[in-house]
Amino acid sequence: MSTVNLVYFSWVRERIGKGEEMLDLPADVVTVADLIAHLKTRGEEYEAAFEHQNVIRAAINQEHVDHAEPIAGAREIALFPPMTGG
Amino acid sequence: MNAPVIVRVQREDFDLDAEVSALRRERSDIGAVVTFSGLCRDEAGALSALELEHYPGMAEAEIERICHEALERFGLQAATAIHRFGKITPGENIVLVIAASPHRQAAFDGANFIMDFLKTSAPFWKKEHHVDGSIGEWVSAKDADDAARDRWTRKP
Repeated sequence: MSTVNLVYFSWVRERIGKGEEMLDLPADVVTVADLIAHLKTRGEEYEAAFEHQNVIRAAINQEHVDHAEPIAGAREIALFPPMTGG
Repeated sequence: MNAPVIVRVQREDFDLDAEVSALRRERSDIGAVVTFSGLCRDEAGALSALELEHYPGMAEAEIERICHEALERFGLQAATAIHRFGKITPGENIVLVIAASPHRQAAFDGANFIMDFLKTSAPFWKKEHHVDGSIGEWVSAKDADDAARDRWTRKP
């Protein structure tokens, strides 16, 4: 079991209803994709946020990563929609 | 010598002239300065404001990575990037990029490169507020922006 700080932005944050939470992750959550699948079991607000999970972007410790990235050692994992700055 | 890369993420407005002056201060080796300003449009009168959300810490770090890559790739002498967050009304500034180099092409390319990557990888999100008081949708990412970014990495 490891504890990570999860942060959400834009419509991911709005659908989940919070911008940040600390979560204990079971040992079988190895990658970002596993994390998203795990979150989807936590309730309909998470299901709504990750309905189209292939569009979701992720960052570990504030650097962009793929869904296949292992999350071991992550302090902070962010999940958010494609960016629209500039 | 000033720091070659200046990045700021801030709520308040910026002054283009002041930023160009700061970048050029006490230097006589710069031959070309290109600036890009991104502004909030009114969308034919329908938009009352854009609300910009960002990921504090990562936004600055990501723009710094992009600017340093531009410095190396195009041989820029200096780059400044400032991005605002919060509620921004039509006509106001959103983003400023300044690229400086000995000759013009590197400065044009550098500013273009920084903006293309900033739009697709700096963690900012825009939400539209309408003049009728309704809060609209989050702005969708555009395929054209991904294509603009990808032309820099496409194999010749």
